[in-house]
Amino acid sequence: MDHKGEIEEKALLHDMASILTSFEKERSNLIPILQMIQEKYHYLSARALQIVAKHLEVSSCEVYGVATFYNQFRFYPPGKHQIRVCLGTACHVRRGDIILENFERKLEIKAGETTTNREFSIDRVACVGCCALAPVTTIDDTVHGHMAPSKVEGLILGFEIEKERRKRENQQGESKQ
Amino acid sequence: MVKLVVDNKEIESEEGITVLQACLDNEIYIPNLCYLKEMDNPPGSCRLCFVEIDGSRQPITSCTVKVKEGMVVKTNTDHVRRLQRAAFELLLSVHHIDCRNCPANRKCELQRIAKFLKFGLKPKRLEQLEREVKTEQDHPCLEYVPNRCILCGRCVFVCRKESGQAMISFAKRGLDTVISFFGEEDKPRATCKECYACTRVCPVSAILVKNSHCQ
Repeated sequence: MDHKGEIEEKALLHDMASILTSFEKERSNLIPILQMIQEKYHYLSARALQIVAKHLEVSSCEVYGVATFYNQFRFYPPGKHQIRVCLGTACHVRRGDIILENFERKLEIKAGETTTNREFSIDRVACVGCCALAPVTTIDDTVHGHMAPSKVEGLILGFEIEKERRKRENQQGESKQ
Repeated sequence: MVKLVVDNKEIESEEGITVLQACLDNEIYIPNLCYLKEMDNPPGSCRLCFVEIDGSRQPITSCTVKVKEGMVVKTNTDHVRRLQRAAFELLLSVHHIDCRNCPANRKCELQRIAKFLKFGLKPKRLEQLEREVKTEQDHPCLEYVPNRCILCGRCVFVCRKESGQAMISFAKRGLDTVISFFGEEDKPRATCKECYACTRVCPVSAILVKNSHCQ
């Protein structure tokens, strides 16, 4: 785990106790608790699942089984840039799955995961509401219509160049001071 | 005791047991994968134990019906066999078939059912689907082979029964469904070394005892 992860984990342990005290130890509270944690941290870490299990006195395996069943829960922190590949009907017909595959291959992660440097995360979504542009991918708040496998590399590269540029600017700024 | 007629043969069975159990007790084989004698509410999920019962319009899973006096049951009608073959074919299409290198070879329930239904182990009509599944959680003494697993749920049931808590459960859903061992820190897991009930009930050897130092 990276340094950032460690800090987050400490904060989590501290906060979890206060979240959990507002729930009674009943199995029926499992999903509301998970939703609450996700709302606060944007994902469910393995550690969080274990703490919930302990609180409800069930096995963590059971909690994991429930959580992984539902699409609304994610198990990796969202990346700095969130890539959402649409696989709704229109995008599916226009081979959105190939676009998703290309992103997955390029970033070496699967849908629902986050790159180790936390720069990118990929999600599959069902319709973003502009089917005429199929296949569609949204990155952060920008919609990219008429996606093609050849555009994938360019988009990622764009973000990397942007990051480099900002880094250089920062360095220059520091050296001026 | 209750008397019922199965395939034109009169049999006797205890009261309150399922039709499937009554038939198995009387040496009438009905294909089944997810059923265990100890289950109070069998899941009926493998869709293999269909029978026709006089008075009901459609074939019905025999693991979910209790025996009744004077019941007339048929286990080998065309309709039943058709349903069983279809369900079995679907199961085989996601099962990695490599019998020669499989520890379950010759004692595998799938082989037994294939023989019983006179059905080849390579489904002809359906595409063979090799699921891409990552085994995420490692277990210290159990090995899990997802592409062999038919997700019958016997291990999940038996684990809950033996340890009082589920150390094994289904995770994810749809085609991605797997058996998961999540929870390294759970205390009851220390008893796995003395139990291994899950490996014994698995009909296809998808859960195995890890061969190193865990015997």
